[in-house]
Amino acid sequence: MTIKLVAYGIAKDIIGKHQVEIQVEAVNNIGELKEWLCQKYPDFQKLRSLSLAVNEEYQEDVFALTAKDEVVIIPPVSGG
Amino acid sequence: MLDIQIHDSPLDTQACIDFTSHPNAGGNTIFVGTVREFTKGKKVIRLEFESYEPMAIKEMTKIAEIAQKKWSTLAVSIHHRVGVLAIGEVAVVIAVSTPHRKAAFEACEFMIDTLKETVPIWKKEIFEDGEIWVAAHP
Repeated sequence: MTIKLVAYGIAKDIIGKHQVEIQVEAVNNIGELKEWLCQKYPDFQKLRSLSLAVNEEYQEDVFALTAKDEVVIIPPVSGG
Repeated sequence: MLDIQIHDSPLDTQACIDFTSHPNAGGNTIFVGTVREFTKGKKVIRLEFESYEPMAIKEMTKIAEIAQKKWSTLAVSIHHRVGVLAIGEVAVVIAVSTPHRKAAFEACEFMIDTLKETVPIWKKEIFEDGEIWVAAHP
């Protein structure tokens, strides 16, 4: 399926752009997408944490993805 | 009463204080986070903040709602800056009013601590010889 990824902060540097559409197979949930990202872009493994958001909310690994989803990559936050 | 905002222009601390003024308040605490010149001995030239704005507003609202429940806050104002900031500029203002002062201190500390952990805002420090996304790596 096709998934739209949106990246902020260091995640944007790692994938090289703010938004990208990816074609994935055997990626059905957030946990599997995290694994896919860490394999495709090993720099994600070096981060203190990696979270993914859908519908403007953090989602657990078991959250099921559908082709319409826009997934936002949330690297370690540092506001304040 | 909640007032949660993200701005790409200088923050108005007084506006946050004014928003949280309340006839039932016995105290009002304000945290003002500013840009520090040195990080681990390295001179910072400027900071750049970016946010995933709709989610950042949602997460800051959640924090203020938790504080409201736990400390019976009367009003909370959280304003966060994004964009390019120079040394000494204000990055975040959190103001809160409560009937008694202890709760105001505790609620304010809780909100800034939690904001730093959960709100999707990122800070890049720019030095003379490079730049770094703050807290990205262990």
